[in-house]
Amino acid sequence: MPEEVLAVRGLGKTFPGVRALDGVDLTLHAGEVHALIGENGAGKSTLIKLLTGVYRPDEGTIVFEGREVSFATPLEAQKAGISTIYQEVNLIPLLSVARNLFLGREPRNRFGVLDMARMNREAEETLATYGVRVDVRRPLRTLGVGAQQMVALARAVATDARIVIMDEPTSSLEPREVETLFSVIRRLRDAGIAVVYVSHRLDELYAVCSTVTVLRDGRRVHHGTLAELDRLQLVSTMLGRDLGEVRTEGLTKFTGDHSAATDEPVLEAKELTAKHQLHGVSVSIRPGEVVGLGGLLGSGRTETAKAIAGALPLGSGSVTVAGVPLRAGSTPAAIRAGISLLPEDRKSEGIVPGLSVRENIALAVLPRLSRFGLVSEVKVDSIVDTFIKRLRIKASSPQQKVGELSGGNQQKVLLARWLAMNPKVLLLDEPTRGIDVGAKAEVQKLVDELAADGLGVLLISSDLEELIEGSDRVVVLKDGAVVGELSGDDVTEDNLMRAIAGSDNLQGVAADG
Amino acid sequence: MAELALRTPTLDKDRVLQWLQKYGVYAGVAVLLVVNIAITPHFLSAENFRTQAVQVAPVIIVALGMALVIGTEGVDLSVGAVMALSASVVALYLGYGLLPALLVVALFAAGVGLANGALVAFIGVQPIVATLALMVGGRGLALVLLPQLEDLRNPTLASLGSGDVLGFPYLILVAAVLALIVAFVVRRTTFGRQLLAIGDSRPAAQLAGLPVRRVLIIVYVVSALLAAVAGVLATARLQASDPTSLGNLMELSAITAVVVGGTPLTGGRVNIAGTVAGAVLIQLLTATLIKHDLPPSWTQIAQAVVIVAAVYAARGRGKR
Repeated sequence: MPEEVLAVRGLGKTFPGVRALDGVDLTLHAGEVHALIGENGAGKSTLIKLLTGVYRPDEGTIVFEGREVSFATPLEAQKAGISTIYQEVNLIPLLSVARNLFLGREPRNRFGVLDMARMNREAEETLATYGVRVDVRRPLRTLGVGAQQMVALARAVATDARIVIMDEPTSSLEPREVETLFSVIRRLRDAGIAVVYVSHRLDELYAVCSTVTVLRDGRRVHHGTLAELDRLQLVSTMLGRDLGEVRTEGLTKFTGDHSAATDEPVLEAKELTAKHQLHGVSVSIRPGEVVGLGGLLGSGRTETAKAIAGALPLGSGSVTVAGVPLRAGSTPAAIRAGISLLPEDRKSEGIVPGLSVRENIALAVLPRLSRFGLVSEVKVDSIVDTFIKRLRIKASSPQQKVGELSGGNQQKVLLARWLAMNPKVLLLDEPTRGIDVGAKAEVQKLVDELAADGLGVLLISSDLEELIEGSDRVVVLKDGAVVGELSGDDVTEDNLMRAIAGSDNLQGVAADG
Repeated sequence: MAELALRTPTLDKDRVLQWLQKYGVYAGVAVLLVVNIAITPHFLSAENFRTQAVQVAPVIIVALGMALVIGTEGVDLSVGAVMALSASVVALYLGYGLLPALLVVALFAAGVGLANGALVAFIGVQPIVATLALMVGGRGLALVLLPQLEDLRNPTLASLGSGDVLGFPYLILVAAVLALIVAFVVRRTTFGRQLLAIGDSRPAAQLAGLPVRRVLIIVYVVSALLAAVAGVLATARLQASDPTSLGNLMELSAITAVVVGGTPLTGGRVNIAGTVAGAVLIQLLTATLIKHDLPPSWTQIAQAVVIVAAVYAARGRGKR
């Protein structure tokens, strides 16, 4: 067994109201590429931040190279030999590539002045080994994101790192750049450096990682050799579904759509493409139909919803509502056409926290309740009243600030905001996340009722049960592309997980069907 | 019992802070009025009322626009420069008559507002940076147009600056009417509601389909136009165009009035009555110190104390 570089025991961290990490262990050996995975809120970023000195642990120990450590700042961790590469490159965009590479350890000549020639020469040599061939005197920002990431990586390695933590390093890379990254990771491994690799792309994990830790709800739920788990097992561990259940149900055929509705689709999204995020996603929804979007975090579910709502710049693709094509990339145009989006991030993209329940409900519909720019308070009151009653919104009064309401009631206020617009299509991104059980049931019931009234609904949920029971049809995304579609009796947990895992047997079956 | 005793002090402190946040500025104005009536000779005279009113009017007018901009989580540093610019332009075009001159002033001001708004709304420049550019450039342009002080001889303009109705100078009447209009816009119009929503949460406003860019641009144009009105009125009062010093530090006076008046710098809320009271408070404070022969530097220190007090009171609300 190679030397143990890191031994984390019983690490715990509590934020107000949230147990972010609960007694987590992690062991890293030299030359190990370790996959760290888990869904949103599982505790991955908290763990990374504890390891790199961004947060201090509430309990537990971190033993690094045989000594117990407690980093006060990220810089300390970096100096000790734990380097982190974030999704966003954290270098200085205006300095030259070479300066960035040598930041803080610049070569100097005997007069103590920067030795630019030597720096540039060495930078060029170093970067060439990472497949980056650029003029190192250029400002860093003139490089592509992938190349910038390579510079960050080269810098991390050059600073004598013993552990390199990569937080979704490929999220903005081209396939060719991903290949280069992998070869770099393999070289790090051979040099005895331990790598922690965070990604939601299963293919990548199996391509480079040897061991795995799965976190769920702040706890470690699995650790071991990655090869011992197939994709399906990995996904079910991550999502916390019973594996036995999945196994016994066995293979089910994926078939085409057999609900014989003759209605024309109310929404048709075709070949939505956005750089690094969506690769030709097509979805159609008929009136009265609830279409689920399945997939792991980062599979492009939220992006698809945002693209349809005009809130994501598209490379190509089209959206039509009731047969009428929509101007791309315009939220107001999408809303006028009858598309309503309840965003995933309710607190920062949904509610306007400082305004009252009344103002929040009336926000989008306001121009329709106004004449010559003057708001008709009577009309606002009547609409607000109607929806507070219909959705059973619990607030001390319509004047109460939305920020003070419970999550469930905030979500209802948002629903009211959009229902007031008489939409044709409702896009619900995680509509029940973070709201209590009672409100959850109410929101789910409401979605059913709305669909029964003829609305087309797109439902995104990480809660598999909700997705399966709520949807008539589920479109499964992976890495920004549609990889499967389930409808009718085939909408089962088993099938869904197989599709999400993108396991080989699925592809076989899909080819048959 | 023990529990109650423990909890009471914090409750009281919170309540005091809340009360201060809501009514502190009015209480401050009331206290200064009472103190001055008691100790300052000739404070309760028509002459003094006139002086104070004429001095505070331009600050109120500029602060109204500033309140709107701050309501969108922005700030407009260019208002003083716009005042100077309007003074220059009035002087240059007065030969064609007052009305044409005022129209050209409005055009220049709208241009500055458009530039501010476009930088903020389309290019995404931080408001403080965007308006800083026009704060410097605007005054530069004003001085290019009119390099030195110029006396203006236009009877209409002069009467605008010095006339009154029933003892109320035109200046303060204009300020009052504008304050009522702006308060109405904030409370009762679609535009006002949209402005507050954008200030509170820009991403949410965007996803709700609000015309974010249009609202931002209009807000900056309105701010510039109000600054131009203030510039013209101040010029009328002086009966001279003085692009070198007119509106100097006006942006800071206006921001102070807005903040002291209970409008948070974080956007999403605009308090027009408070803004007017804030301007009056600063004016009275300055007047009090001057009338009692304290050096002008004391005024600045007193202003600083008021600002800190206002920010402290606002802190309590922000935490809730």
